[in-house]
Amino acid sequence: MSLFDWFADRRKGQFVGKVAQENEESDGLWVKCPECGQVVYRKDLIANANVCKNCGHHNRIYSEERIALIADQGSFQTIDQELSPTDPLGFKDRRTYADRLRESQANTGLKDGVVTGICTVEKIPMALAVMDFRFMGGSMGSVVGEKITRLIEQATSRSLPILIVCASGGARMQEGMLSLMQMAKISGALQRHREVGLLYMPLLTHPTTGGVTASFAMLGDLILAEPKALIGFAGRRVIEQTLREKLPENFQTAEYLQEHGFVDTIVPRTQLRKTLEKLLRLHGNEPKGATKK
Amino acid sequence: MARRYLLDFEKPLVELEKQIEQIRELARDSEVDVSQQLLQLETLATRRREEIFRALTPAQKIQVARHPHRPSTLDFIQMFCEDWIELHGDRRGSDDQALIGGVGRIGQRAVMLIGHQKGRDTKENVARNFGMATPGGYRKALRFMEHADRFNLPIITFVDTPGAYAGLLAEEQGQGEAIAVNLREMFRLRVPVIATVIGEGGSGGALGIGVADRLLMFEHSVYTVASPEACASILWRDAGKAPEAAAALKITGQDLLSLGVVDEVLPEPAGGNNWAPLQAGEVLQEAIERNLDDLSSLSFDRLREARYKKFRAMGRVLESNTSDRGLTA
Ligand SMILES: [Zn+2]
Repeated sequence: MSLFDWFADRRKGQFVGKVAQENEESDGLWVKCPECGQVVYRKDLIANANVCKNCGHHNRIYSEERIALIADQGSFQTIDQELSPTDPLGFKDRRTYADRLRESQANTGLKDGVVTGICTVEKIPMALAVMDFRFMGGSMGSVVGEKITRLIEQATSRSLPILIVCASGGARMQEGMLSLMQMAKISGALQRHREVGLLYMPLLTHPTTGGVTASFAMLGDLILAEPKALIGFAGRRVIEQTLREKLPENFQTAEYLQEHGFVDTIVPRTQLRKTLEKLLRLHGNEPKGATKK
Repeated sequence: MARRYLLDFEKPLVELEKQIEQIRELARDSEVDVSQQLLQLETLATRRREEIFRALTPAQKIQVARHPHRPSTLDFIQMFCEDWIELHGDRRGSDDQALIGGVGRIGQRAVMLIGHQKGRDTKENVARNFGMATPGGYRKALRFMEHADRFNLPIITFVDTPGAYAGLLAEEQGQGEAIAVNLREMFRLRVPVIATVIGEGGSGGALGIGVADRLLMFEHSVYTVASPEACASILWRDAGKAPEAAAALKITGQDLLSLGVVDEVLPEPAGGNNWAPLQAGEVLQEAIERNLDDLSSLSFDRLREARYKKFRAMGRVLESNTSDRGLTA
């Protein structure tokens, strides 16, 4: 499915789940694994959720493919897809923020860096937010904060569990303090969701850093992560500067965070749906139509 | 007069102050009446100082906000808090000196006071880690806030940090998690929370004690999403552009008031709070008491609801396609 098709479906408010297969011609039929170097047939790689069968390397995927991997086919209904960013500070560095936004929008077909909606996973209703790293490094500005907050509020009022797939470089500096305040806003919405006893799980994917780590990424009732994903609060370079010494080999990987007690379970992408189904059911979320206990 | 620590833009005042000092010495050693000349020069110096401080750029405000003699959390507590008792420890194995707290009384009210604490000199700054708190500091702060909630003590926080500590141990102990939990739990508190940015508010490290019913900010304090130095090196690829970044990021009280982030900007004496700390203390005490008066009339539920709505409203978005012109600004 092409990005254009996907975007057209998004506009209709519905996303037909299918694994992305774009760019076969332009990028070639064969791809080389950036980790182990093995050359594989692109179709096989995509069919395996973009995970290398040889070494288990998880290639980066984006919102449309992620949603297709999680949601039951055709079940994902986007909300707030027309919400778009402004330039509240009139920000300009080497380029204007408005310019950077337009470029990201043109490149991704997205209005901003997160796609939110309601779907089912093995017929179990769930609220789903997927951050998209292509859009200005998944940075969190007002739109990302607002869409996630609205999703959480809707999940709270409809008694739904939530999965947020995190992928972010942190705050969107071009929105200044309004960006920082999204951390508080989302955390407040999660407090209300938690208070009524609903399940929230973030899935930390590569990379999850900065303000996202210091807010909703770390507030899960259960925290899931993809193998080898980079997860951290401060940047590695900053820490190296303060420390003036070498950091551990696996520093800030999902495995390292699990060792230190901040990740509940590392889930290979190919096992994601199965794991989600189990966790949802174990916490009292039943398939639609089934009788609740 | 003690030797002052001068910021570069204060240099025009040096000559005047020298003259004033010389005349004072002269007056001490002789019978000559110099009161007229002194008054003239002092008036001139005051006027110059006012002019300089009225026109501070954001980058200059950062210098004032980081001034080594700017009143700190413990200075303010000493100025207007009675019966102060500092409390210690996160009950998980640490007692961060960069984020301190305790109980005391402001006016008639028993309160919980929590704040970042920088050092006065290099030695103390090493002990205080330059006001950069560890995960243990944020967990200690949360323990104090939960204690305050149980005993119905309003919470007064003082924000003054370059940012949360970025280090190996901080990552291993979950700096992100510690701050995140504070953000969430501060929404649950049933007591009034008043936060004041007394110096620099550095990003998540500031917000970690900053989810408040009222956010106050001193006139020359700054509150930033990222340090202008970091922002410049990322977005401009040149750390030397920090002054430009400081201006672009909208970090001053006035800017944040108009963005709806800050509720009130507290005036500072010309020369900044370091120039007249006692005056700064009076201003802050009055603001805290007045805001507590306002908030104490609200029920627990109303208070929590209002706090949620306050943060809920933060941010700027366009609802539909039709307003895409938002980007042409
Ligand atoms: Zn491989």
